Amino acid sequence: MALSCVLEPALSGFNFENSTRNIVLENGSEEGKIKAPKPMKTGTTIAGVVYKDGVVLGADTRATSDEVVADKMCAKIHYIAPNIYCCGAGTAADTEKTTEILSSNLTIFSMNSGRNPRVVMAVNILQDMLFRYRGMIGAHLILGGVDCTGSHLYTVGPYGSMDKVPYLAMGSGNLPAMGILEDRFKANMDLEEAKSLVSDAIHAGIMSDLGSGNNIDLCVITKEGVDYIRPHKESPFNYKRQAKYKYKPGTTPVLTKTVTQVELELLDETVQMMETAGSS
Amino acid sequence: MQDGIEHGSPSGLKMGTTIIAVEFDGGVVVGSDSRVSAGASVVNRVMNKLSPLHDKIYCALSGSAADAQTIAEIVNYQLDVHSIEVDEDPLVCSAATLVKNISYKYKEELSAHLIVAGWDRRAGGQVYATLNGLLTRQPFAVGGSGSFYIYGFVDAEYRSDMTRQECQEFVVNSLSLAMSRDGSSGGVAYVVTIDSEGVEEKCILGNQLPTFYDPDI
Repeated sequence: MALSCVLEPALSGFNFENSTRNIVLENGSEEGKIKAPKPMKTGTTIAGVVYKDGVVLGADTRATSDEVVADKMCAKIHYIAPNIYCCGAGTAADTEKTTEILSSNLTIFSMNSGRNPRVVMAVNILQDMLFRYRGMIGAHLILGGVDCTGSHLYTVGPYGSMDKVPYLAMGSGNLPAMGILEDRFKANMDLEEAKSLVSDAIHAGIMSDLGSGNNIDLCVITKEGVDYIRPHKESPFNYKRQAKYKYKPGTTPVLTKTVTQVELELLDETVQMMETAGSS
Repeated sequence: MQDGIEHGSPSGLKMGTTIIAVEFDGGVVVGSDSRVSAGASVVNRVMNKLSPLHDKIYCALSGSAADAQTIAEIVNYQLDVHSIEVDEDPLVCSAATLVKNISYKYKEELSAHLIVAGWDRRAGGQVYATLNGLLTRQPFAVGGSGSFYIYGFVDAEYRSDMTRQECQEFVVNSLSLAMSRDGSSGGVAYVVTIDSEGVEEKCILGNQLPTFYDPDI
């Protein structure tokens, strides 16, 4: 049975015991005020489309931390199983970790049962986990994959809601991307049409949303296998460094050098025998 | 769905909705719209809010999308176990009771209203409302944010001796009126008819819904 927690029973969500301590720290005296670090969000455009032979997933590659681009080549299409991939929008750490947990649970299931996992199983595990955490895990996910029952595209929201649709866009750039998808989506498209549709949808998100940008990644999943195209389209504004910023050893002159001996005292010595069952 | 009562903190995607279920002699007709909204944006315009709890028992979802879907899934599982234990098809009031138990116990944390409707051998077609943890059998029930706009209509138009066909028209007309007045309801209309023979699922596209007085035309 595929569960969201394989090794131990699921706890009921986050532990808020430290929240009073955090409030005291944040409201401390003027010099004692400690600000909690802000989580890195992937203001994002992600999209997915079901076509004739499978699923095409697309994503931009920008990760922002407030107004600064923290990562220009962030990978937002995560591996779940050989036949299932997942695009993540929202808090970067949450999408990364959630998809990793999902992937390892499904791998254990595959080994136990000898079968490839089904997309609907991944969705059920995600729904169960995200609902249990009551929206505190900021992961907006698009799951796409091909299994023995066909090609499927699902979205799972941070509160645990699930939708099964033939085309989809999520993230801060989802409105412009959705416009392109609504206009040009047709059932049973062929591969080139589907790739160009997803790529144009992500491009619309990149152009019209500040939080999305840089390159476009595509992932094509079919019964035969997966084609992870990273990058599918590179941003024409990629900056190439003009010079090397490495300094040779010896660039900084040494003025003085002092050596201080640290006296260490042997306090206690224990010997533990290791059980080695020798067999040859 | 806004029913004037605060249910703790609202969770994420809302199915501001119109759902309706009507009983006729020998079965029930259940209907819903298809809009799921996140604030001002429509996230899914074709969501089927009529979720099967068992072969001949359906529930209509409204309120928070995550909460309603989860309740439906849990009750689906519990009904399966129950029907294996008693070795026969479950009763509609069993399904409604299971939904009511969850809605009542987690009243503060959850924000969802499910209407349970179906057919069983003992009592024929039945409709149960489970708002806020109550359980009441009614000849017809409406729910969701769009229901407020059609209370007058359903009160005036409902008759207790409607045939299957008339019930379906009643449901489609109610949904159409609610969808044209409520901003959080829209898309297509899903209609499910359940009787002793089986289940008939229909989807009526937006441009095929009946039209009424519209000052813009």
